[in-house]
Amino acid sequence: MASDYMKTESLGSSASWPGKNSLLPHLDMELTERCNNRCIHCYINQPENDAQLKVRELSTDEIKAIVKDAAGLGCMSIRFTGGEPLLREDFSEIYLFTRRQGIRVTLFTNATLMDEALTDLFVKYPPGSPVEVTLYGMTSDSYEAISLVKGSFAKAMAGIGLLRKKGIPFYVKSIYFKGREADKEAFADFVEKDLSADTPPAFSMNFDLRARRDMPAKVDFIKSLRVSPEESVVALEKYKDAYIKDSRRFARKFMGPAGDRLFNCGCGKGGSVDAYGFFQPCLLLRHPESVYDLKKGSFKQALQVFFPELREKISTNGKYLQRCAGCFLHGFCDQCPAKSWMEHGLLDEPVEYCCELAHAKARFLGLLGDKERAWEVKDWKVRLDRFVTHG
Amino acid sequence: MEIDVNAVYLPSEDVVARKIDDAFILVPIASGVGSMEDELYTLNETGHIIWEGLAPGRRVVDLAKSLAEEYDASEEEIRQDIQGILTELLKLNMIHKDG
Ligand code: SF4
Ligand code: SF4
Ligand code: SF4
Repeated sequence: MASDYMKTESLGSSASWPGKNSLLPHLDMELTERCNNRCIHCYINQPENDAQLKVRELSTDEIKAIVKDAAGLGCMSIRFTGGEPLLREDFSEIYLFTRRQGIRVTLFTNATLMDEALTDLFVKYPPGSPVEVTLYGMTSDSYEAISLVKGSFAKAMAGIGLLRKKGIPFYVKSIYFKGREADKEAFADFVEKDLSADTPPAFSMNFDLRARRDMPAKVDFIKSLRVSPEESVVALEKYKDAYIKDSRRFARKFMGPAGDRLFNCGCGKGGSVDAYGFFQPCLLLRHPESVYDLKKGSFKQALQVFFPELREKISTNGKYLQRCAGCFLHGFCDQCPAKSWMEHGLLDEPVEYCCELAHAKARFLGLLGDKERAWEVKDWKVRLDRFVTHG
Repeated sequence: MEIDVNAVYLPSEDVVARKIDDAFILVPIASGVGSMEDELYTLNETGHIIWEGLAPGRRVVDLAKSLAEEYDASEEEIRQDIQGILTELLKLNMIHKDG
């Protein structure tokens, strides 16, 4: 609708206000690291009832103050994630407060704690973005082999059932690793037939390691769950045409050697507040040198001074300079400061898993020969041009 | 929906007015307010002034009078502007008639 006085603006799929100058168009907030599931692949979870962590978490008022500050800087959307954000008893209060700032909410949840009262609230005050549920299996055996909590599958399905019954928009995604083929099929079926989704089923399968670099035994276990680069490529086969089309568009914009600068992504142009009030330049990057204590400063200071300085960092790591700095798969490859932090505790150490994955995908797309190493390719410009124009 | 010039109209509690960059926007946050959940509305300068002028006890005619004193326009012209925007806002449930 448009008139002399008023014009409709649709945020559509973009998270933020179309205006130019907002300092913080979107914010991620991890409301807690605790979770009522104990997923075997999880990069962040802490025990549900960990009292010590609970007292360290931001209070309701502190969270409200952060949300209000974000609104003052033009924030139009906040993603609440965790851990399990619904574990916080004040979730409804935080949610409504956020909506009352005119900020729309994306909720990442396992849906096990979704109840009548919360779904009624979502009906009355819609989040403005679909709720995003991760479903870890299609039977109680397969789900609970991941979540390690008896009864969690039934609760998750009941939560999804409530969202459906009340007509609240939501997506469901799942996870995949070797040995779970039957579950993968069942999930794809569920998404297509039961939920009538018009997008292909989404699975995470290249799991991140622990974001706080804790639990070394779990880190090794997560590594063992990861789908091998070769298998990842096989999984692409089914959606090959769409993948090639997407990759072409992506390559045109983002691929090519990035030199010695560490940050070539959007990291630090927005950010993510952790459960204790530290502002990270993105959801995954928790290197102590890259986080900013909001209790001692402000969003503005972080976004105008601290993060821009961080983004100027250049690598002095010989291995990175020899490989990633001159590699034309940069941008396409998942190698980045956050991945490097989670794998190696550094900002700029090449991550072998990302490297192998990027090589396998580049071979699949015809950008690399069998034995070639991307950082040694000299005619990368010609290859990218050919790929972008006709594959 | 006719606007009654002798009535008072107030913003809905379920609309958040925000100023972002140089724009003045209205964000509906409840079901049934606005046309779609994910849409928001930008007001032009006139729309903005009128929105800010909605207050308890202040009828459309009172608002027109005070804006005519403040701005270089006739009361009649301003009243028409007010009726124009209030009609749109009322259709979208973004304001309600008081009392
Ligand atoms: S439900 Fe999500 S946050 Fe909780 S343990 Fe599982 S993966 Fe982690
Ligand atoms: S995860 Fe990596 S690529 Fe993404 S924003 Fe963080 S540092 Fe950048
Ligand atoms: S493919 Fe390997 S060398 Fe190239 S950017 Fe990724 S990790 Fe670095």
